[in-house]
Amino acid sequence: MSQPVLDVQGLSVNFRTSHGVVNAVEDLSFQIGEGETVAIVGESGSGKSTAALALLRLIPDPPGKIVSGSVRLDGTELLTLSESEIRHIRGFKIAMIFQDPMMALNPVYTIERQIGEVLQLHLGMSRRERLLEAIELLRLVGVPAPEERVQQYPHNLSGGMRQRVMIAMALACRPRLLIADEPTTALDVTVQAQVLDLIQGLKDKFGMAVMLITHDLGIVAETADRVVVMYTGRKVEEGSVTEIFDDLRHPYTRGLLGAAKWEEGDGDMLREIPGTVPSPFDMPTGCSFQPRCPLAEARCLSDRPGLETFAPGREVRCFIAGEARS
Amino acid sequence: MRKATGVFILRRMLQLIPVVIAIAALNFLLLHMTPGDAADILAGQMGHATVEFTQQLRQEFGLDRPLYEQFAIYLGKLLTFDLGMSHIQQTPVIELILGRLPATLILMVAAITISVVLGVILGVSAARRQGTITDNLISVTALIVYATPAFWLGLMLIVLFSIILDILPSGGMMQVGAGLTGIDHVLDVARHLILPATTLGLFYVAIYTRLMRASMLEVYGLDFIVTARAKGLSEGQIAWTHAMRNALLPVITLAGVQIGHLLGGSILIETVFGWPGLGRLVFDALLQRDLNLLLGILFISSVVVILANLVVDLLYGLLDPRIVHK
Repeated sequence: MSQPVLDVQGLSVNFRTSHGVVNAVEDLSFQIGEGETVAIVGESGSGKSTAALALLRLIPDPPGKIVSGSVRLDGTELLTLSESEIRHIRGFKIAMIFQDPMMALNPVYTIERQIGEVLQLHLGMSRRERLLEAIELLRLVGVPAPEERVQQYPHNLSGGMRQRVMIAMALACRPRLLIADEPTTALDVTVQAQVLDLIQGLKDKFGMAVMLITHDLGIVAETADRVVVMYTGRKVEEGSVTEIFDDLRHPYTRGLLGAAKWEEGDGDMLREIPGTVPSPFDMPTGCSFQPRCPLAEARCLSDRPGLETFAPGREVRCFIAGEARS
Repeated sequence: MRKATGVFILRRMLQLIPVVIAIAALNFLLLHMTPGDAADILAGQMGHATVEFTQQLRQEFGLDRPLYEQFAIYLGKLLTFDLGMSHIQQTPVIELILGRLPATLILMVAAITISVVLGVILGVSAARRQGTITDNLISVTALIVYATPAFWLGLMLIVLFSIILDILPSGGMMQVGAGLTGIDHVLDVARHLILPATTLGLFYVAIYTRLMRASMLEVYGLDFIVTARAKGLSEGQIAWTHAMRNALLPVITLAGVQIGHLLGGSILIETVFGWPGLGRLVFDALLQRDLNLLLGILFISSVVVILANLVVDLLYGLLDPRIVHK
C-alpha cells in the first residue's frame, strides 16, 4: 500500500478533571488512504469525536491533552507543528464538518462571508474572487440558486442546505482529508442519503480521504471502505466493511449490529447491548466491555486483551475472538 | 431589507405619538396636582396682590377654563414646541432647554462611547484569558469601579488629573475668554470632556465588562466557534469577529437602558464638573422651584430617551440578521 493520506499511530488523549485523569482516547492507530472512506464507529463517549478533534489539535487544553502518539498527514507530523503551522493545516489540508449544521454556522454572518473567510485565509483570494468561488462551491454541492443563497444568512436555509454549505466551506481549499463528525445525524432521513451521496461523490472527484464518524451502521454499510470500532477510547475491532459485516469478531461490534445470532444454535443472544458505557472514573478491571459482554470469561475480568492482528488492517481486541479463529 | 427598515422606522415614529401624548398628560397632571397655580405663585411673589388681581391673572393664563380645554391648549402649544415660560428666568422654556441640550448630548454620547468601547474591549480580553491573572485583574477592578459612587470618583479624578498632574481642566466646557475657533475649539471642548465623560461612563464600563465577559464565555461554548477554529482562524480573529459580534446583543440592550440613566446621572456629574448642560438646568430649576422649566426638561428628556431606544432597536437588526423588524 502506498503512503496513506492520514497515518495515526498510538494516539492517546487525556482529560484532567476534578475527579482524576480520564483516558478519552488510548493508543489509537489507523490509516486512511487516498479516496478511501474509513468509518469510526462507537456509542457516545467512545472517544471518536475526541479522536477527530485531536487530529486537528483542537482538544481544549486545559483540561485535555494529547499525551502521546503520532499523526501524519501525507508524511508530515502534525503533533509537533507550531500553533501557526497547524492553523495552516486546519481548513486547508484537513477540513471538518459537524453533526448539527444549525449550530455549526455563525448566525450573524452571510454564507459568502463564512465561505469566503477560508478562501481569504488559506488562498489569499480577493473579495471578488471569493464571491465567485463561493457561488461555484455552492453550485458544486448542489445548492439551488447559489447567487442568491450566497448573500443569505444561515437562518434562511434548511438543515440540509446548511449542511451542504458546511460541505462547500470544508471543500473550499480541496483538503486532503475530510473529517465528517456524524454529518447526517441531525438531518431528515431523506436528506441524509443526499448528503452522504454528495460526500461520496466529492471524495471520488477530489481523491480525498474521508474519516466518517458515526454510530449508524446503515451509513457505514453504504459508504465506508473500512471500519474502526471504538469502545471506551480504544479500538476494539478494525476491518474492511465486508469483514465487519460478514465476519465480525468482537462481541461489541455484534452488539452494535444488533444481529440476532452470535453462533449457529445459540439462539437469540444479543439483540441489544445490555447496560451502559462504563463511567470513565469507574472503569472495570480487565476488558472494559466485560460487564456488558455475554461471552465474558474469568480472564476477561482480570486481564486486558490486546489488539490481535489477523491480517493487514484486520484487528480485534478480544480473547475469545482470537481463540475462536486461531 | 432597506425598504423594510424604512417602514419600521416610520411605524416606530407613529408609535411615538401616543407615548408623547401620555408623557404630556402626565406632565400636565403633575402641574395641576401641585398646590396653587402660576397665578398664586406670581401673586405671592408680588407680595401685595389682591384676590381680584389673582383672578385676572388666571383669566389671562386661561387657568379658569375646564381642565380638558386647558390640556387641549397645552397639547396645541407642545406641537409648536411651546413649553411655556420660565417664570423665574423670564425666558421661554424651550430656549433654555435648547441652549443646554447640545452640551448634555455631547456628554452622553461621549460617556456611552467610552463605556461601550472600553467595556467590550475589557470583557473580550477577560473572556479570552478566562481564569488567568489578566481575567481576575479585569474582573476585580470592574467590581471595585462598580461599587464606587460616581460623584466621589469624579472628585478623585479632578484631584488626580487637574490638581496633582495638572493635565486636564477641572471643570467647564471650554476655556473661558480664549475665543478659540475651528479645530482648536473642538480640541478644547474634547479636553474638557474627558473627565466628566469618563466619570459618567465608568460605572457602565464596569457593567459592560462583566456582561461582555459572561456573554463571550457563553458564545465560546457554541458549535460555530469550533467550526471557526477548524477553519484555521486564530484565537484573536475568532474572539474579535465570530464571538464578539454574537456576544454584543446583551450589551446593546443595556446601552438602551443606560441612556435613560445617563440623563439622570448627568445632573450630578454636570454639577461636579460645572458642565453647562441640562443637568445643571435641572439642578437650578429644582432649587428655584421653577416648575414649568422642570416639566419642559422632563418632556424633552423623555423624547430623547424614546428616540435613543429607537436607534438601539435599529442596531439590533444590524447586529443580528435573525431579528427582523416588523
